[in-house]
Amino acid sequence: MDGLDLSYLTENWREVWALTLDHVRLSLLALAIALPIALVLGIAAARFRALTVPVLTFLGILYTIPSQGLGVKPALIILVTYSQVFLVRNIVAGLRSVDAPTLEAASGIGMTRGQVMRRVWFPLALPVIIAGVRTALLTIISIAAVAAWINAGGLGDLLFRGLARNYPAMILAGIIAIIALAAVTDLLLRAAERLTPLARAHRATRR
Amino acid sequence: MDDVSLRIAPGEFVALLGPSGCGKTTLLKMINRLYEPTSGRIWIDDTEVHDLKASHLRRRIGYVIQQTGLFPHLRVADNVGVVPDLLKWDKQRIKRRVEELLTLVGLPPAEYAHRYPAQLSGGEQQRVGLARALAAEPSTMLMDEPFGALDAITRGRLQQELARIHRQFRQTILFVTHDIEEAVHLADKIVVMREGRVVQFDTPLAIVTEPANDFVADLVGSNDVLRRLSLVPVAAAVEPLDSALAGNAPEISQWVFLRDALSQLVDSGADRLVVVDEDGHPVGTLSLRAVQRAAAPPSPDKSSDGDHVVVVPVERAGRLRGGD
Repeated sequence: MDGLDLSYLTENWREVWALTLDHVRLSLLALAIALPIALVLGIAAARFRALTVPVLTFLGILYTIPSQGLGVKPALIILVTYSQVFLVRNIVAGLRSVDAPTLEAASGIGMTRGQVMRRVWFPLALPVIIAGVRTALLTIISIAAVAAWINAGGLGDLLFRGLARNYPAMILAGIIAIIALAAVTDLLLRAAERLTPLARAHRATRR
Repeated sequence: MDDVSLRIAPGEFVALLGPSGCGKTTLLKMINRLYEPTSGRIWIDDTEVHDLKASHLRRRIGYVIQQTGLFPHLRVADNVGVVPDLLKWDKQRIKRRVEELLTLVGLPPAEYAHRYPAQLSGGEQQRVGLARALAAEPSTMLMDEPFGALDAITRGRLQQELARIHRQFRQTILFVTHDIEEAVHLADKIVVMREGRVVQFDTPLAIVTEPANDFVADLVGSNDVLRRLSLVPVAAAVEPLDSALAGNAPEISQWVFLRDALSQLVDSGADRLVVVDEDGHPVGTLSLRAVQRAAAPPSPDKSSDGDHVVVVPVERAGRLRGGD
């Protein structure tokens, strides 16, 4: 048996591509649900310090709870739950990293609460928040591969079917596709981090 | 904050002076409602500050803080234009105003508009902070130790710029500081505060020469002759112009302080200086004797009020010469 048998990948690339799209769809759906929840929790925790420890502890406990059931819905619940820790932690850290006098100046010159958040607080926290989204999405992508075990579809299908049939080329195709997807995701979100206004300002300053 | 009642005339530059914790910053922040008083009222012109939405009130008041509070992710032009943008001015008007302001605070727009705050020195950052506060032409400015973090030379330059801007536009300025020299050099009136109360509210000259009590005297160093000389402007000691003198005596601006005048008197050996206004026109003269009179310590005996002939002991004058 060849160590790097790419036959399955080359012969069935349409199937692999379709599964990749499935995987992306499931992951992005999970993120789309997780992010608003995390923003609410994170902003609340950043505003009211007393909430931080309870919220993060609660999410940490959620992370350890095994889940049950089959299909897409339970898979989404797992993905959303597990990604909360990374998202909320970074949203809180990002918002906290913003200098208090800067925020006070923002309200002092006449911004409303909403304007302070939209124009100053959130943009300044954004690089750290995007870093959290990156970690969360990579976690989602990797856990989603395992979610195929509960019939949620995606690239994990190739792994489990390959294992069941003792078909290494199929497993390898799944592994390569997952790694490629993770790498592309990582690159895209790193690029997004670099495009934030604060990151631009930092680059201009270093020059 | 307890029983504070102040009436500030439009266009006045008022310094809030006192040790840390005396309530000067609290008072300032009550005016733009970053802090809310438990009782009492604050009027700006005909408007009680609580009659407006806090954000609308603040857009009408320039606000400068020591840490600058510039937005690090925005370029200088966007930092300066932020209040006009909140007020929904159109883009062209904001752009013109930003260029005008940067020029006003000594930062050529072509060179500075596109930089980020972190690319500026501390002094330049505070100039941007000043420009941002001035952007929507507020009639009132609140400044919370704006130059407190700057080195002495930069601080001096910015004080001069601020004085020039105030002379030009006559905003009502409330300026928190714990630096007595800064207060005296910039302000028309000084509010001396202690433990949340106003101890004295008067002109700088009166604060220095007639402190209300020992606390004020200690704070401003009223009993230190050199300190007084460095706080009293030449204008306060000027004598009527003697036409016979013009032409050969050294000139001094009426806006510098007696310390500089004394220095010049000693240095030149002249017995009089010609005091000139900002256009160089003579407005009076200044003799060593006038300096001595103005430098006399505040007398507990107020009977000498209106009679400016105060005898200065000879050894004090001798010490003055030696000390400069």
